[in-house]
Amino acid sequence: MIRLQGISKRFGDKAVLEDIHATFLPGKVNMVIGASGSGKSVLMKTMVGLVKPDAGHLYYQNLELGEMDMEQRNELRQKIGMLFQSAALFDSLTVQDNLLFPLRMFHPTPSAEMLTRVAYCLERVGLAGTEKLFPSELSGGMKKRVGIARAIVLKPKFLFCDEPNSGLDPKTSIRIDHLIQDITSEFQITTIVNTHDMNSVLECGEHIIFLNKGRKTWEGDRDLILQSDNEPLNELVYASRFLQQFREKAS
Amino acid sequence: MDTILFHFGLTPTTSLLRMTFFYHFGRYLMMMRQMLRRPENGRMYWEETVRQMSSIGLGSVGIVAFVAVFMGGVSAVQTVYQLVAPYISLTVVGSIVTNSSILELGPTITSLVLAGKIGSNIASELGYMRSSEQIDALEIMGVNPVAYLVGPKMVACLTMIPLLVITSISMSILGGMVICQLTGLITYDQFIEGARSSFLAYDVFFAMCKAVTFAFFISSVSAYHGYHVQGGALEVGRASTKAVVYCCVLILLGDYVLAQLLL
Repeated sequence: MIRLQGISKRFGDKAVLEDIHATFLPGKVNMVIGASGSGKSVLMKTMVGLVKPDAGHLYYQNLELGEMDMEQRNELRQKIGMLFQSAALFDSLTVQDNLLFPLRMFHPTPSAEMLTRVAYCLERVGLAGTEKLFPSELSGGMKKRVGIARAIVLKPKFLFCDEPNSGLDPKTSIRIDHLIQDITSEFQITTIVNTHDMNSVLECGEHIIFLNKGRKTWEGDRDLILQSDNEPLNELVYASRFLQQFREKAS
Repeated sequence: MDTILFHFGLTPTTSLLRMTFFYHFGRYLMMMRQMLRRPENGRMYWEETVRQMSSIGLGSVGIVAFVAVFMGGVSAVQTVYQLVAPYISLTVVGSIVTNSSILELGPTITSLVLAGKIGSNIASELGYMRSSEQIDALEIMGVNPVAYLVGPKMVACLTMIPLLVITSISMSILGGMVICQLTGLITYDQFIEGARSSFLAYDVFFAMCKAVTFAFFISSVSAYHGYHVQGGALEVGRASTKAVVYCCVLILLGDYVLAQLLL
């Protein structure tokens, strides 16, 4: 479980996050949605410890991130998996070596054991047989799936996905969404997904928070989101003309 | 504020420049300190160091040797051109080519060439890794990115650049000798006699001091510029150019300071 208590962050004069309170539960796909520039990425970077908040507390289980010493923080980081928007695979390494990297760095076990784990993770994301390929030889969707495989190779307790569907076609997007959803429920991971893709939100948003100009202005799930009377949220959800017409007909 | 600055003899522009200098210098020192933390897995760090040694060392032998041979040849030809007097022994050509190769051409020119090759490579590699979030990925995994990415590169530079300088000195002397023989300026024997007559082991020690100092400048300054890139391809290119320019300036300044201190 991850709990945010009054998280605020400013860059110069601009308030990017203001007094964010939220609780993200394990085994659920928690989604942070909002328009571009609403503070989603900064919130995620704050949660993984890349950005230090100006105010507020961030709890992993019951441990406060800001009060952890270096050793505790490093221990926690090994329990975190992250899928970056660009997948952030190491270009100079093959797919197999990308997955082996965290294993060799933190849990050096006999080679065969590590290779078995790598093979399992690649099979889990549907990419068995790509071990010897380099990231430059993969498509966008494949890179994201390798990113997911790398994120779960250390059996994380927390999974962060920063816009996992950006730049992907709808079919691949849904495939990635289902993969994240399956992994989350199978391993009881606390998953947090940053997105502004409404297909994803409606497909697997079990717990959703909506950020508007750095403030949390709505919280709910995929069933409640279509009935919300939050105007900025509705502007995001019903952005297309088709959905606007659909909404008018329904009302 | 301006009045206070003026009171201390500072104009807003100079104070801003000093502030910028201290900001970067402080950040540079913090990066160096961060690099000295204990590695998470010594074996992985060692493997990366060996990989960097191979890339930096073996990957630069060709260009260093090529530049050095012509440097030696040209300095031999120019020395003969300037010493056309019957009362000067031609063996002095060997002496001048050898001494200039050891004291200046080998360490300094080679380091300037390597600043262009290795410096820009380090800055652009780290800059690209920063802009494509690969450095963030390392940090989130719990790896100290400065220690893992910058440390091995610095160790590789500090060990391989002195070896490359030795190669350069040897090739420069060899180049001078071969050119002298081929063009009929002086014979091998005359060249070697001159080279041996003025050789001092201390000069080699001085050259190695320069090589190690310049290696430190090249690796750390380029890494600093690459590691702190903010933005995309344009900024990576800028960081790479800045790294080479700062390295060259520091090499030339360091060259003068070391000459004053050690000669």
